[in-house]
Amino acid sequence: IDPMLKKRDDFEDILEERRNSSDLKYALRCYTPVLYKGVTPCTSSMLKSMVLQSDQLHYVINQVSKETGKATDDIKEEASAILEEMAQCLQLSTVRFFAFTLSKAFKTLFRSICVNEDGIQRLQQAIQEHPVVLLPSHRSYMDFLLMSYILYTYDVALPVIAAGMDFMGMKFVGEMLRMSGAFFIRRSFGGDKLYWALFSEYVKTMLKNGFAPVEFFLEGTRSRTSKSLTPKLGLLNIVMDPFLKGEVFDVNVVPVSISYERVLEETLYARELLGIPKPKESTSGLFKARKILSEDYGSIHVYFGQPVSVRSLAQGKVNRCQFNLVPRHIPRRPSEDIASFVNDSAYRLVRAQEENMVLKPWVLVASLLLQYHHQNQAAGQKRGIALGELTAQAVWLRDLSRQYGAFLHWPDHIPPSEVVSSSLTLHRGLVRICEDKVQLAVEQGPHSSVAPEEELLSQAVILLSCASYRNQALHVFVRPALLALAIHTASSNQKQEVFNSFSFLRNMFSNEFILCPGATVQDFEEACYLLVKTGALQFTQQEVLVTERGHRTLAFLSTMLDPFLQGYQVVCRFLCEEATETLTEKQFIPAVRKFIKKLLLAGRLRYMEVLSSDLQKNSLAALLRLGAVRKMKG
Amino acid sequence: VFPETFPIRFLLCEIAHAKQEILKWNGWGYSDTRFLFNKKGQAEFTGKRYRLSGMIIPALQNWFEGTFGASVQHKSPPILTSSAVQPPTLNEAFVDELKSTGIPCSHDAEDRVFRGHGHCLHEVFALREGKVGRVPDIVVWPNCHNDVVKIVELACKHNVCLIPYGGGTSVSSALECPPEETRCIVSLDTSQMNRILWIDEKNLTAHVEAGIVGQELERLLNESGYCTGHEPDSMEFSSLGGWVATRASGMKKNIYGNIEDLVVHVKMVTPQGVIEKGCQCPRMSTGPDIHHFIMGSEGTLGVVTEVTMKIRPMPEYQKYGSVVFPNFEQGVACLREVAKQRCAPASIRLMDNEQFKFGHALKPQVSSIFTSFLDGLKKFYITKFKGFDPDRLCVATLLFEGDREKVLQHEKQVYDIAAKFGGLAAGEDNGQRGYMLTFVIAYLRDLGMDYYVIGESFETSVPWDRVLDICRNVKARIIQECKDKGVQFSPLSTCRVTQTYDAGACVYFYFAFNYRGLSDPVHVYEQVEHAAREEILANGGSLSHHHGVGKLRKEWMRETISDVGMGMLKSVKNYVDPKNIFGNRNLI
Repeated sequence: IDPMLKKRDDFEDILEERRNSSDLKYALRCYTPVLYKGVTPCTSSMLKSMVLQSDQLHYVINQVSKETGKATDDIKEEASAILEEMAQCLQLSTVRFFAFTLSKAFKTLFRSICVNEDGIQRLQQAIQEHPVVLLPSHRSYMDFLLMSYILYTYDVALPVIAAGMDFMGMKFVGEMLRMSGAFFIRRSFGGDKLYWALFSEYVKTMLKNGFAPVEFFLEGTRSRTSKSLTPKLGLLNIVMDPFLKGEVFDVNVVPVSISYERVLEETLYARELLGIPKPKESTSGLFKARKILSEDYGSIHVYFGQPVSVRSLAQGKVNRCQFNLVPRHIPRRPSEDIASFVNDSAYRLVRAQEENMVLKPWVLVASLLLQYHHQNQAAGQKRGIALGELTAQAVWLRDLSRQYGAFLHWPDHIPPSEVVSSSLTLHRGLVRICEDKVQLAVEQGPHSSVAPEEELLSQAVILLSCASYRNQALHVFVRPALLALAIHTASSNQKQEVFNSFSFLRNMFSNEFILCPGATVQDFEEACYLLVKTGALQFTQQEVLVTERGHRTLAFLSTMLDPFLQGYQVVCRFLCEEATETLTEKQFIPAVRKFIKKLLLAGRLRYMEVLSSDLQKNSLAALLRLGAVRKMKG
Repeated sequence: VFPETFPIRFLLCEIAHAKQEILKWNGWGYSDTRFLFNKKGQAEFTGKRYRLSGMIIPALQNWFEGTFGASVQHKSPPILTSSAVQPPTLNEAFVDELKSTGIPCSHDAEDRVFRGHGHCLHEVFALREGKVGRVPDIVVWPNCHNDVVKIVELACKHNVCLIPYGGGTSVSSALECPPEETRCIVSLDTSQMNRILWIDEKNLTAHVEAGIVGQELERLLNESGYCTGHEPDSMEFSSLGGWVATRASGMKKNIYGNIEDLVVHVKMVTPQGVIEKGCQCPRMSTGPDIHHFIMGSEGTLGVVTEVTMKIRPMPEYQKYGSVVFPNFEQGVACLREVAKQRCAPASIRLMDNEQFKFGHALKPQVSSIFTSFLDGLKKFYITKFKGFDPDRLCVATLLFEGDREKVLQHEKQVYDIAAKFGGLAAGEDNGQRGYMLTFVIAYLRDLGMDYYVIGESFETSVPWDRVLDICRNVKARIIQECKDKGVQFSPLSTCRVTQTYDAGACVYFYFAFNYRGLSDPVHVYEQVEHAAREEILANGGSLSHHHGVGKLRKEWMRETISDVGMGMLKSVKNYVDPKNIFGNRNLI
């Protein structure tokens, strides 16, 4: 399918009405959502007893009792306490409270919150037909409050949301969130059978009974880099299980893409990636964040994607008969076909999220400014780029990204120069405009009082923040960019050579970007298709040729991946030069960070981005996966 | 007031020789019996054979039009002239020798066409369109076991293909002639072998020729005060040999058992000779039971000629009953409990809401205002007073049998269990009507086909913990597939739990839709049925509980019984019938 032909819905700003009518009335209005047609009405507390009485739990309690020698009654009590800690108690009154306060907050923070209403309608329909799982992208703490807020606004059934236990640190807020539908899971409970049984049974019970749509974050945690994260499979396994075991006819999974023009946590994330310790979540900390309220965070776009039927995803991939020979309540490891099905589905769903992420012009501008910054730095120039030239380049990139199927919100009725200027204005913390020249707001020179390492870090904060905007567009360019890089690195223009090199790079970077496992050939073909279609490449029988006008595109694309390439290289160098057998996993990040800082200060590395702990972790994971590095026990 | 015992099925029994004279050639059952919409648009059931015969069924039209989006104005009548039947491929040497034995035979087109099909939808639909495919080339009517021995010997000698034919009620494409068969196909019609040879009152067994049809067997045994109690829904037409060959199941199996429990001794003629046990013992430990090679062999190994069956004294008393449940889940829970306590009545069935409504639409015109007033009152009590949702409630139908006192005791026990699951006793009438639905359903299918509606029933067995899931998922799959395949009206997709066992239940599905606007309705139908079967298997259901495999469900045999299992069956076939004389190609 031609990616250019992707049809997307129109958006509606839900804040507009909030600005014109009473928030109190809105918070108190009649709320009557459509429910699942097979719903068995039950309360939050009934859910808990259903879980405690389930066959699954009985089985596991007996098992644990046999293994540990504890009395079943004690384990039951333990179970009941865990469930108490976990369970949500969704209350409409709390949601109304949030509806009111969030209306106030959102109106100060954001220019608009745009939602595709067609998507909401599809969701309504899906909720009626089958149990629904909502899978929003995760870029901010705001995400799940925002989701519930939108669903309340449109009279859609409110979800129950899987939240990390760290929220519970904030006593009052934690309870408030619980009452607005959050349920809490411990971050790690590896071998704890009882916990796993309770948790999975709790989620399944809510899903099967149609109590509420179940919402969780496929990426597991907030992405600090704005790149989509490799999906976590635990919860996805759980919500697919009722379908695979025939307990429900189907489950509808709805990917939701939430794009922020400016992320609230923008610089917080950059600091975190650089290892500047993050403040622990606490209620008072949240209030301190009040100063945030005085800033302009632009607009939010929330796109509810096409509901995906798990039944149709599984068609021909999973043999459901495998559950015929063992009672379904006995926990078993997922078989190989199910494991790979869930994994493939997870990637597909993350890609579906990516596809409907709205890109603002700033994302393109940031990408260009970053490249320009590094080129200039290399050339020893510090002048910045003329606004006119930046605009011209942005227009070029706009057209290119559209051809690649990006969901770009570029207001075509406004002159491009104004579009670019207004993006720059919104992100004035990251750029400086001086005599019509634009450059990144990286302080240099005059503040000699600051220690060089501190200066380095403060520059890195700006660069990483900028990079996080560029990262928003990575999913659009990553395949052609890998091809561009492959052509660049391949030993010849032979198709096979280029493919091999593509395949190597793709494999190398598969912890870094969302690249579906086993889809090398499809990705290669997609990349070729895009580059040929846009006239950058030509294929002969045997060879891949870059066209005259293709050089610019290919240079842009491969430069986009340069920081990542350098990051992986420097990690390798670190491992070769400095790593000893005593290096523990915990020490890795601080050690590699120190190593990189040294190189940066000595001017021997071009990209400050390589300081990002995300990049470092991913490269280590890739090296582990490829067998270049080994983990030893003890 | 006691209900009449026994009478809901038939008033007249009379099929023996030229079946096609009293039975339809392109539809179900007796020629004189059918549903039709009269000039006023009211449904009527013609003939005199059934309790419902001659009655007006006022609610049927509304139900029919409402359920299917069909209209009594839009007719799709059958074509009455059939296309030319292919001339028979006769093996002259075989025919000559056969004729010299004096066993009656015919290659008359009508005789051949009649025995070339069962009652699958595609078979009946084709007949209604006047389309006739490959049919047997010759029909033979052996009169006894020895005749069959001679026929099989001749068939082996001349290498012709034999297809045993009993009652012709197959719904598994078992009677279809394999189109790739080039030899002369001989239909071996067992209908003349219909005698009870002896009754042994000491051991309570009867020795019966396998061609006898169910109702005739019951009638003859009843004359001596006995019954077999084996009542498959098709018992008016299906034969003893057919039951054995397909592993049939009867409605009252809770008291009498299924066919495998009823059979004491079987005689089958195979190309290798006659297979039978040397005694008539109740149970033996002598290696794998050879009866289990015969039962379910679906005519691939030989012809069953004589069977010794258990018999029972006729029950003193019979009573129908019914229970209304607020929803299907509660109903299933109740049936499960009844099975757990092993106190199931002769028959207990749980119809879902759609089937309950279907059954309701078959209520004949009530004669008095009082009855209709009572009906109204009952409805009010259940829906308004008890708060049952008319679109969710479902009904269990019951049949008790035995001596009077025990029946009444048993009845109380079952109703007490039902009450624990929110069930309300709903009278004998509802129960009786429920059972009526099962034997008029095939006539109703013919009515549907007159108005662009096609449908079929199919069944499975499933462990208890899967019952609700399989019912929900298969029904939903049918609806979804219909939608996906372009069916423009929502289909009827309904089920009942029709038998209970210790470890599971038998579930029966009805599925029908209005095919107006479809260019190849039968193909669509087959795709949906195929999908429904896949769904059944994916939900832990069996390939068949009692309809058998035939050719319709062959493709799933391997996954059902494993490679080794297939190998075992094949090696038996290879030993017993190496030349594939019994070449109907069913099962494996």
